[in-house]
Amino acid sequence: MSITATLIGQMITFAILVWFIGKYLWGPMTQMMDDRKKRIADGLAAAERGKHEQELAEQKATQHIKEAKEQAAEILAQAQKRGAEIIEDAKDDAKAEGERLITAANAEIEQEVHRAKESLREQVVDITVAAAGKIIKKEIDAKAHGELLKDVVGQI
Amino acid sequence: MSSSTANEANGPTAVEYIQHHLHNNSIGDGGFWVLNLDTLIYSWLLAGVLMYIAYKMGKTMTADTPSGGQNVLEAIVEFVQQQIRDIFPGSNPLIGPLALTIFMWVFLMNAMDLIPVDLLPSLGQLVGINYMKVVPTTDLSTTFALAISVFALIIFYNIKIKGPMGYLKMFLFHPFGKYLIPVNIIMTAIEEIAKPVSLGLRLFGNMFAGELIFLLIALLGGASLFGLIPQITLGTVWAIFHILVISLQAFIFMLLTIVYLGMAHQDMEEH
Repeated sequence: MSITATLIGQMITFAILVWFIGKYLWGPMTQMMDDRKKRIADGLAAAERGKHEQELAEQKATQHIKEAKEQAAEILAQAQKRGAEIIEDAKDDAKAEGERLITAANAEIEQEVHRAKESLREQVVDITVAAAGKIIKKEIDAKAHGELLKDVVGQI
Repeated sequence: MSSSTANEANGPTAVEYIQHHLHNNSIGDGGFWVLNLDTLIYSWLLAGVLMYIAYKMGKTMTADTPSGGQNVLEAIVEFVQQQIRDIFPGSNPLIGPLALTIFMWVFLMNAMDLIPVDLLPSLGQLVGINYMKVVPTTDLSTTFALAISVFALIIFYNIKIKGPMGYLKMFLFHPFGKYLIPVNIIMTAIEEIAKPVSLGLRLFGNMFAGELIFLLIALLGGASLFGLIPQITLGTVWAIFHILVISLQAFIFMLLTIVYLGMAHQDMEEH
């Protein structure tokens, strides 16, 4: 029960043990725990950032949707307007075409009437000349009395 | 002394039993130059256990999925780290391993106290080893080996941080100023020497007393058959209480080491 040379052995053991534990346990373990701490902090920061970014993205998406809706409404309105315009134009065209057709038809009718009148008149002249010839029993010189006859035909 | 227990009729007396148990298995020719083989071997065994655990854990630990053993070690390491952070000024790469080693090694050596006092010596006697003290920290050599190592570090860091002159000034002008230099020298010297002495003696005293009480309790059962009941009761109670003592002593040794080295790291220019 006194201090003996065992002391020296124990001191050497102690020194070796401190060195060993420092090298193989304390060093790597504190390093690892620090790394882990840092990684956890980084992870939390990243999560926070991700959350923030997601919020931003959501805001952006909402904005986009709103814009798209507005654009769609605009396009729709334009299309409706354009459609109405087309219909209006078509109506106008149709009206004009109809009128044109009617006018053309009328003109043709008039022409036909005119032509009929003309031929009728000529026939009347012929008949009249023939009738007058028969009446006066003398062939009238068509040339000599042409002026007169024309006058008569004009009065018919 | 052929028997390890005192309950045989031709066995040793109580005093012989206790003396036998407190006798180191040593080689050497007396005086200082004696090696206590039991102390050395048990402390080496425990140091080996620690090294094995440290090496294995250092290789297999993972940051992501810590398992049982790693959690325990991490808790201990973190606990020691916290103590150092709270007490120790500045940083020193040695203080962490030092404190952790003291805590774990002293704890393990103290924990040998919880093994029934007769178990290992009896087994030893079966193979012809007559004397065996299983608790290394009941040997002054062990506790003072730790205390003197710490003391050497205290002096080393005092000189390293304060400078040789600073350290000398601490002796000359601390604590009473420059007009009481002789008193200062005596006071500071006592203060410094008291550090390793108290460290070593505290641990030794606690563990030696604990061991002695275990021996006395063991004697109860040997005295008579009626002694068995108090032996079991007292032995259980004392063992449970002793769990506190061994942890506390390991913790105190570690804490005081950190405190003393922290004091050595403080620049005392103002004194």
